[in-house]
Amino acid sequence: MKYVIIGNGVAAIGAVEGIRQTDRQNPITIIAAEPYATYGRPLIANLLRGKIHEADLAYRPETFYRDNKVTLLLGRTAEKIDVAARRALLEDGGKVPYDKLLIATGGKPFIPPIQGKDGPDVYTFTTLDDAGKLDALVGKIKQIVLIGGGLIGLKAAESLNDRGLKVTVVELADRILSTAFDQTAGNIIGNRLAEAGIEVITENSVKEIVRKNDRVKGIKLNDGQKRSCEAVVIAIGVIPDKDIVKGTGIATNRGIVVNDYLETSVAGIYAAGDVAEALDLLSGERRVVPIWPNAYTQGQYAGRNMAGARMAYKGGLPMNSIEFYGIPTMSMGMANPAGAGYEVITRLSPEKNVYRKLVLRDGILVGAMLIGEVERAGILTGLIRNRVKVSSFKEELMKDTLSLSSLPGEIRAERLSK
Amino acid sequence: MLHQPITKNYHDFIIERDPEKCIQCQVCVRQCSYGAHIYNEKDERVTEDETKCVGCHRCEALCPTGALTIRRNPSEFRENALWAPQFIKNIYKQADTGGVLLTGMGNPYPYPVYWDRMVLDASQVTNPSIDPLREPMELRTWLGSKPDAIEVEMKKGRPNLTTNFSPQLQVNYPILFSAMSYGSINLNVHVGLARAAEELGIFYNTGEGGLHQSLYKYGKNTIVQCASGRFGVDSKYLNAGVAIEIKIGQGAKPGIGGHLPGEKIGKEISITRMIPEGSDAISPAPHHDIYSIEDLRQLIYALKEATDYEKPVFVKIAAVHNSAAIASGIARAGADVIAIDGFRGGTGAAPTMIRDNVGIPIELALASVDERLRQEGIRNRVSLLAAGGIRCSADVVKAIALGADAVYIGTAALIAVGCTLCQRCYTGKCPWGIATNDPYLAKRINPDIAHRRLANLVRAWGHEIQEMLGGMGLNAIESLRGNREKLRGVGLNEVELNILGIKHAGA
Amino acid sequence: MKKVYAREDVCIGCRLCEIACIVEHSISKDIIRAFKQEEKRPARNVVEECGPVSFSVHCRHCDEPPCVQVCISGAMVKDPRTGRVRNIPEKCVGCWSCVMACPYGVIKRDTNQGKVIKCDLCPDRDLPACVSACPNEALLYEER
Repeated sequence: MKYVIIGNGVAAIGAVEGIRQTDRQNPITIIAAEPYATYGRPLIANLLRGKIHEADLAYRPETFYRDNKVTLLLGRTAEKIDVAARRALLEDGGKVPYDKLLIATGGKPFIPPIQGKDGPDVYTFTTLDDAGKLDALVGKIKQIVLIGGGLIGLKAAESLNDRGLKVTVVELADRILSTAFDQTAGNIIGNRLAEAGIEVITENSVKEIVRKNDRVKGIKLNDGQKRSCEAVVIAIGVIPDKDIVKGTGIATNRGIVVNDYLETSVAGIYAAGDVAEALDLLSGERRVVPIWPNAYTQGQYAGRNMAGARMAYKGGLPMNSIEFYGIPTMSMGMANPAGAGYEVITRLSPEKNVYRKLVLRDGILVGAMLIGEVERAGILTGLIRNRVKVSSFKEELMKDTLSLSSLPGEIRAERLSK
Repeated sequence: MLHQPITKNYHDFIIERDPEKCIQCQVCVRQCSYGAHIYNEKDERVTEDETKCVGCHRCEALCPTGALTIRRNPSEFRENALWAPQFIKNIYKQADTGGVLLTGMGNPYPYPVYWDRMVLDASQVTNPSIDPLREPMELRTWLGSKPDAIEVEMKKGRPNLTTNFSPQLQVNYPILFSAMSYGSINLNVHVGLARAAEELGIFYNTGEGGLHQSLYKYGKNTIVQCASGRFGVDSKYLNAGVAIEIKIGQGAKPGIGGHLPGEKIGKEISITRMIPEGSDAISPAPHHDIYSIEDLRQLIYALKEATDYEKPVFVKIAAVHNSAAIASGIARAGADVIAIDGFRGGTGAAPTMIRDNVGIPIELALASVDERLRQEGIRNRVSLLAAGGIRCSADVVKAIALGADAVYIGTAALIAVGCTLCQRCYTGKCPWGIATNDPYLAKRINPDIAHRRLANLVRAWGHEIQEMLGGMGLNAIESLRGNREKLRGVGLNEVELNILGIKHAGA
Repeated sequence: MKKVYAREDVCIGCRLCEIACIVEHSISKDIIRAFKQEEKRPARNVVEECGPVSFSVHCRHCDEPPCVQVCISGAMVKDPRTGRVRNIPEKCVGCWSCVMACPYGVIKRDTNQGKVIKCDLCPDRDLPACVSACPNEALLYEER
């Protein structure tokens, strides 16, 4: 039995750990496009900021691959899959045979068709190498523009600002952090970033990247405004990197579609992580939810199922936790509900940078957002995951004294009995 | 002190906090139920209000660094053999409030303690000692009325007992847990007592607060009490235990009834006692259907009828001046067991004057009752239980030598689960969680720990009794009963020696 | 595996468990030094009080720990041999994702250090410090 994993992100590690829970013997091969041991992509911002060093990046200890009998093919890109012959074909001509295959290629940065995007001085911010390139700019350039006011973009902005660059962020929506957070939360964070010296422009987009002698000189916004800069970082988001399934007949939608066992439409081939379109807990539908814990868990369940232990994945929950300049922020579940039928409760103390929001549907907690006061937020996540009816004690959940005592006795007793 | 009567400054105790050791953890603040420890938020320091300290030592026991010592307030009145400080302070209190002085637990006055003036014999040369680790040593005995004679008929060369016995209770140690009502103490202590009684093969007494529903399963080790207030008494209750005790009196407060304030009557107590929540539970002084010895006999037999004559009926009296005559009457009235409660007996609440000045020592009462019943030839009709300040296994041995079949322990049992005899039971703020039904405080008694400690205590005393019996050359507790020859008095006058029925040491 | 279970019915809210935890995880392991001289770190359990009810909440060392799944730096790991979940402080970057994920809310933010702290079941002791210090046997260390 040969296990082969394309991709070396957290989904791959999850898969290795999932396989090894059942099958300690059969060999696993990981085909890694990047020449590094698995690292947490979200950490590259910390690296850029100077808070951690490259030596700290590895997600698992050095001995992990050896201890788990994994052959690691570093710096080799898988190009195609020969389904009939059950082989992965590498760019450099290599052929890797498999009995069970996991596609965990993750996401690739979304690049919109902006005039002037091609050429030097335009960067993305998803990989370790990207962080390296930006690190090299520090001290050499003065101004930089980030396109995208989402989590990735803002973390990059924070890092670059701390290293002495003048940073401008351009966001298309009416607020930053538009996917995970709402207007109120966005304002709190936006104000904090402005205090720290970052210029945040919303409801706008970059129409053109202006070049002179092929080097970036500045940008032009949709409404005509201009900014000078010497580099641009496109950090709008990632889209599933599913190119590899071309010609295989594997069903795709936005991502690679998988069933409750993380299996694709082709037997023996699985997908997990940012590339997969898997069960989303709250909606009950298949969605691409490129969140770190989902990637790990999907990888783990894919691995278990690949090794023969038939275990259904219960579905992922969107959640994000990020701190901006001392303000911790968290968003879990459907924190930004669209449509009718939701009950929304909020508490705001702008002078303390504190905001809490709970979203209920039919009395059941489906989403939460916390800014500033985040202690024990996981209790809310647990309630969302278990679809608990909270209408009788929702006021208790809104307080900063949120505790297990806030829950009815039976729920608490059941939880704590484990 | 500001905003308090000036006499508050004559408080009994001071709290010494060692600043080197105090880590400001505030465990003392949380654990003190009297508010003697206070956390000063501004200064971030724990301070104390010593006027509130009752000397219960809870804070000292739980302090993780041992930073606290509770001491007698060194502020002293001038020496006065008549006006001991307590008399002075009591007057201040009554002048302040106009109220009756209340107190808890047993009489602390320096009346003579006769246990400490009697010594036991040991075998030397003649009648050798028995080693309890090698020879069987019987601590078991049976409580109940014994017949005047037994009849045996021979059947196939073997003796066959034909006498019908009154119901007998087998008790594995001559030690029972005394009556302490649910209400004066909380349910957790009762659970501990019931489980320990079950494990040891002895009995505990419900006291006058009725029997909580959850404790019916320990019925085989329960004596239910029928007191003057008849709290919780119905036919189910009477049949729930293995014996019924009619409480005529209590050593700590002879002549008066019990009192549980309305604030302490919550839902569970209300259901168990069968009274409304929040209303004071007052037991009248006499049973209002017992005004003569004939009335007592009537009640005894009514209870026997209600329980099909399957359960022995105990009668508990306080030790008072004519205990011997009273006991004789009770024995003739049909009681199976007479329990005598001496003036050192404990209580959850009693007027201080009555607790400290009414009643007589159990040693004297026991000796005179046993002697009178023997003289009248009716000693076999009842078993005698001695109660009221039994402190150790030596006291148990001496009590049995004076004539008791077994003893009841109350105070000793509570001390085993943590009581420090601060005598503030009547406040309902017992910080050890014993004499309170405040749900926050009551948790401080873990029934599992209480069970373990009570069983440990009785087992330990049992071993010691075996050693003392063996030392005297006896191998059964029943050989000790009434065996006054094993006792000698030390420093007792002729009258005392006569009443106790013992010789002086050396004689 | 053995874990710490709390008995709500006999917890007296004294918080000696918290004190014991702080001392055990201090540098000197001496109670006076830990509280008076060393920098104060929070205890790793959470004592909750609600009226007369109190109980201590401890890391459940879950079979499928959400904190391990969510950790972006691999600082939160489950030891496959002992089953204990622990946080490797050198790898923790203070993103607070585990605080967001733990359904018991037992992971605490140490904002001074910018890292999280969490119960580690006292690997240097036979019996976790909190269990040993509880005066009313409200904490049990057992397998269920």
